[in-house]
Amino acid sequence: MTISIDSQDSNNNSLQPKGWLRYFSFSLDHKVIGIQYLVCGFLFYLIGGTLASAIRIELASPMSDFMPRDVYNQVLTLHGTIMIFLWIVPVVNGAFGNYLIPFYVGARDMAFPRLNAVAFWLIPPSGLMLVASYFVEGAAQAGWTAYPPLSITTPQSGQIIWIMSVLLLGGSSIFGGINFIATIIKLRRPGLKLMQLPMYCWAMLGTSLLVVLSTPVLAGTLILLSFDIVAHTGFFNPVLGGNVVVYQHLFWFYSHPAVYIMVLPAFGLVSEILPVHSRKPLFGYTTMVFSIMGIVVLGLVVWAHHMFTSGTPPWMRLFFTIATAFIAVPTGIKFFNWVATLWGGKISINSAMLFSCGFIINFVFGGITGVALAQVPFDIHVHDTYFVVAHFHYIVYGGTVFIIFSSIYHWFPKVTGKLMSEKLGILHFAITFIGFNLCFAPQHWLGLNGMPRRVAEYDPQFQFVNQISSLGALLMAISTIPFLLNIFLSIKNGEDSGDNPWNALTPEWLTSSPPPVENWEGEAPLVEEPYGYGKPISQEN
Amino acid sequence: MTTLDSSKEIKKNDSEASEHHEDFRMFGLITFLIADGMTFAGFFAAYLTYKAVNPLPDGAIYELELPIPTLNTILLLVSSATFHKAGRALLKNKNSDTQKWLMVTALLGITFLICQLFEYFNLPFGLTDNLFASTFYALTGFHGLHVTLGTLMILIISWQTRPKEGRITNQNMFPLEAVELYWHFVDGIWVILFIILYLL
Repeated sequence: MTISIDSQDSNNNSLQPKGWLRYFSFSLDHKVIGIQYLVCGFLFYLIGGTLASAIRIELASPMSDFMPRDVYNQVLTLHGTIMIFLWIVPVVNGAFGNYLIPFYVGARDMAFPRLNAVAFWLIPPSGLMLVASYFVEGAAQAGWTAYPPLSITTPQSGQIIWIMSVLLLGGSSIFGGINFIATIIKLRRPGLKLMQLPMYCWAMLGTSLLVVLSTPVLAGTLILLSFDIVAHTGFFNPVLGGNVVVYQHLFWFYSHPAVYIMVLPAFGLVSEILPVHSRKPLFGYTTMVFSIMGIVVLGLVVWAHHMFTSGTPPWMRLFFTIATAFIAVPTGIKFFNWVATLWGGKISINSAMLFSCGFIINFVFGGITGVALAQVPFDIHVHDTYFVVAHFHYIVYGGTVFIIFSSIYHWFPKVTGKLMSEKLGILHFAITFIGFNLCFAPQHWLGLNGMPRRVAEYDPQFQFVNQISSLGALLMAISTIPFLLNIFLSIKNGEDSGDNPWNALTPEWLTSSPPPVENWEGEAPLVEEPYGYGKPISQEN
Repeated sequence: MTTLDSSKEIKKNDSEASEHHEDFRMFGLITFLIADGMTFAGFFAAYLTYKAVNPLPDGAIYELELPIPTLNTILLLVSSATFHKAGRALLKNKNSDTQKWLMVTALLGITFLICQLFEYFNLPFGLTDNLFASTFYALTGFHGLHVTLGTLMILIISWQTRPKEGRITNQNMFPLEAVELYWHFVDGIWVILFIILYLL
């Protein structure tokens, strides 16, 4: 950027409101924007969680007695869309990315601060639109996938608002992705090499590539879908000569990479947290980098494994099965690297560490069911059953959401300068871990026995297992209470943490906590070994 | 928070920091154009799939007349050249020449859009007639939207290049270069679209 534009930015910055008010302003400070993403995302998580509870209450009995069937479909559509587009994607990319990436590359802000603020401020209005779409006549009820012809033939006004909202959220995501790529590639502090970057930078670089390459395809697809709904064209409407499978291909060309958009940043975050709390260097840095990039490349060519029952030709099934199985290789490398990082380390059992270990356990389980689902014969058996629901939640809740909580415990002292209560944190972990596994592990069994997903009623023989699952959901809902209590109590009268409570070596801890507006008082430090723990030269001794 | 104290330091640090790094706005724009190109790639993929697997109903018309789109291709290619001329003129500090060439480019863009509309009105099929018609209008319409935006941006930067008062000088060429890159991108997409939609 030229000098004149930079000084304009800082002038704007000094005109921004101070204190808590700045979180409600069009702030250009990457740290403020990160917190805005996090809090906004968490509020939507509470809404999505309430909807999930409603789903589990409904499924506690085999009849649709808690809500009518169409309302059930609307609720599960809204639950999925909110959790993916307004909680996981914005928080694990936007919130932590904005807060940490400029520190990690040794910059004072993101590459395009104004674009960054625009990307965030697209989210609250489109989120409100999405929630509002539930209250209009004919709310969206075609699931988060919005498969035609269902999304064309069901009542449509809500579906159109749903599409507009997802388009805006996709735009926000693309702006964020462009910003992350430019920041990581172009804004690195002089002297900092790519292979010295903390792993989260690599994860965000890979994620942002996926965002930039695949989100526009979803946008184009949804534009065509809205043409089908509003102008009665026949792109995806078989009655008018259209082809529903084309929608599925285009949709999954985004939405399978979207799974990596949701989980790759979590890989990066856990790679930051584990070395700090086990006082060991990250095991296999280079293999980690290559496996992230391997996942990015492979992640773009596996989408049709979601469509094995859509009349996919055999050669396509073969190709996508093999490609999907290959993804297990880089993912497995990362998994073993994390375990090897822990091996023989000086492990502190605190909330951040517990959630990270919980992530590893849940994730490997979700990964194994994922490899199973990639096999055509098995997939055809369990397609659209609760097995898929269980697998997906093991990755996205047991994986990503666990890491979001872990990261909040890890970086809370950075943001506020206060420590969180470990007792409440461990209680939070215990209830979440038990509740999560109680909720989703039995669903594998339900799926294998043929209980379909997205249906309000089911065979009475499944009632007992469903009630166990609902009990787990209840525990998950309860687990939010100690977490919120912990946050509020710690902000109010938490113990002072000092600048670097974990004795971490990554760059964000080498400034004051909370950090000053432009991150460093003087020049940004050059961190050549972000994981140099347990070595004689490191700070520890 | 020591925000008040540090806000004074920002300016000092900021001007220091900005001396270090190069201009990366063009990098951001290229990333954005890659994303935009992927939207078109999605549409092209859909069109080609439909062509391969979805037979049209009997009697459906899918033959396109070539003269207008060929003229349009020439118009856009020439406009890319005239835009390039505008940039060269600005390098030589001849702002009024730049403005002249930009106006020619904008005029070519507007002519393209008029020809496109003329073609729309004379086609034997409408948006909802069949799958081919829908895809045709979606693709050319989405591209036309890009041309419209590009033409508007050319008019804006042409106003900003006016001698003496204008914001764009050969010291600050980025707005012109950015719109030029975007315009070449839109031209490139048209050439692909022309080949896939009209010639294949």
